[in-house]
Amino acid sequence: MNPSNYILLSAVLFSIGAIGVLVRRNAIIVFMSVELMLNAANLSFVTFARMNGNLDGQVVAFFVMVVAAAEVVIGLAIIVTIFRTRRSASIDEPSLLKY
Amino acid sequence: MNTGTFNPPEIDYLAIAPILIIFGTAVLSVLVEAFVGRTARRPVQLVLVIGSLLVALYFVISQAGTRTITANGALVIDGPALVLWGALLVLSLLGAMLMAERTLDPSGDVFAARAAALPGSEDERQFTQRGWVQTEVWPLFLFSVSGMLMFVAANDLLLMFVALEVMSLPLYLLAGMARRRRLLSQESALKYFLLGAFSSAFFLYGASLLYGFSGTVSLPGIAEAISAKPSQGPLLILGMALLVVGLLFKVGAVPFHQWTPDVYQGAPSAVTGFMAATVKIAAFGALLRVMYVAFGGIRWDWEPMLWVIAILTMFVGSIVALVQTDIKRMLAYSSIAQSGFIMLGVIAASAEGLSASLFYLIAYGFGTIGAFAVISMVRQSGGEATSLSAWAGLGRTSPVIGAVFAVFMLSLAGIPLTSGFVAKFGVFAAAIESGDTWLVIAAVVASIIAAFFYVRVIVLMYFSAPAKEPAVVAVPSAFTTIALAAGVTVTVVLGIIPQPLLELVANADVFLR
Repeated sequence: MNPSNYILLSAVLFSIGAIGVLVRRNAIIVFMSVELMLNAANLSFVTFARMNGNLDGQVVAFFVMVVAAAEVVIGLAIIVTIFRTRRSASIDEPSLLKY
Repeated sequence: MNTGTFNPPEIDYLAIAPILIIFGTAVLSVLVEAFVGRTARRPVQLVLVIGSLLVALYFVISQAGTRTITANGALVIDGPALVLWGALLVLSLLGAMLMAERTLDPSGDVFAARAAALPGSEDERQFTQRGWVQTEVWPLFLFSVSGMLMFVAANDLLLMFVALEVMSLPLYLLAGMARRRRLLSQESALKYFLLGAFSSAFFLYGASLLYGFSGTVSLPGIAEAISAKPSQGPLLILGMALLVVGLLFKVGAVPFHQWTPDVYQGAPSAVTGFMAATVKIAAFGALLRVMYVAFGGIRWDWEPMLWVIAILTMFVGSIVALVQTDIKRMLAYSSIAQSGFIMLGVIAASAEGLSASLFYLIAYGFGTIGAFAVISMVRQSGGEATSLSAWAGLGRTSPVIGAVFAVFMLSLAGIPLTSGFVAKFGVFAAAIESGDTWLVIAAVVASIIAAFFYVRVIVLMYFSAPAKEPAVVAVPSAFTTIALAAGVTVTVVLGIIPQPLLELVANADVFLR
């Protein structure tokens, strides 16, 4: 199968993630969309590694997984704290800071 | 695919000692948090933090003149990297002093006694009452500093991404740990985190496209691929654009600036000061390296894009700052405008542009950290008096602090005899030399607009009657005093005798490829 299809798929996944961040209102969903974007980048790295014929892209994908896991820890800590304070994970509600 | 023997990378441990020291101390600091008794924890952490920063600074100074690429080309220690390391370490030291302050607030520390406790709960009240303060801010602080050091020395996109996250993740948490106004603080942490993660995804996707274009993630490798391939194609341009978006987010350039005011306002002032100064330096260091080393060959493609962003950044920052009523928010927009001015040095794409940007970053860093030190001292009953109206008449009730703050404002506005003037002059001159005269004219107009709101604060402090509920200046401990004194000294000295630092940044040379 032509590997460039995977690049297309990764672009689609990345766009879905980016749109998700912009339109969804629940912090958890927004966060999941960000993770989708990171994984789209991973797919693209692995595919390009195949196309370029070297292993750099696959190594990058492993590092990204570790970083994404660390990001989940930090992100959930912040979101859970907000949720406990406000009983809601909506990103529209906390709006004390504006203008 | 090559499936040969494994060759361990050659690492020049001495050259990267500053990173290793800070990183090692951060790990040690986590252990201290776990195993040292509650009362001894704070002094031990402070000794570790300040000691490690000083030792790292010693290693940076002792290897001035080192120009080497190490760790299989992943890390590069060259002139700009060393200058940025020095600046980052000194400013982190001042930031640490602000964060260690505990006499300004009657209830003690800058940070929440227990960040995980519900604001206003019994749990939180008891923790505060007994003075059981968690000191987890220090390991977070050190991890963040080590990420910054790695970020400005990273020579490939993978390491740059990892460093970006190591730098940012602890900052997201630190932003949410204020003792006062915890809802604001938590909200700023959430916004910072979501937008920060969003932008680093852009950075990563851009990196993957560049990898697809060039078959490597190393910056010099990308530059080689650009010069080797006759047609550039969409992969390169799109990848570069996405990568730069991720970096521009960190420097707070318009239209990627939305997080800046919220985070600057919501985060504890000590953290804001530290972050405003050091993240800007680290992010611009990385941006300069990417632009000069990897994309130097296609500067005609990225210059128009940065032109537009620089002009937008300068004007939006300056104009929106005019109408702010909160001093921290005003300084946030001011920092956005300053990013626009520093981008002139990036656009210049020359050795002069590089050294002028370095000088600007250092001058800006000291001015900003000093300004936030003053903000943390000016207080009302409910904590810091961040509302501008409370600052009315402050110059008359407390002349020293008023004068010090006026110096910082004048420096940020770029008035002669302060570091800000020399810095602005440098980037403008570099941009003119590279033929960007129209951009400089726009920048001059923007800096005139910016001067309005800086001077407005001075007028407010000196020529207005004190407010009904005037702010008072709390007496700080030695920590804040040292940070403030360092900030104001550097700002004035660099304004009067900038020569030594100008020579230093000129000798820093260009990026090693």
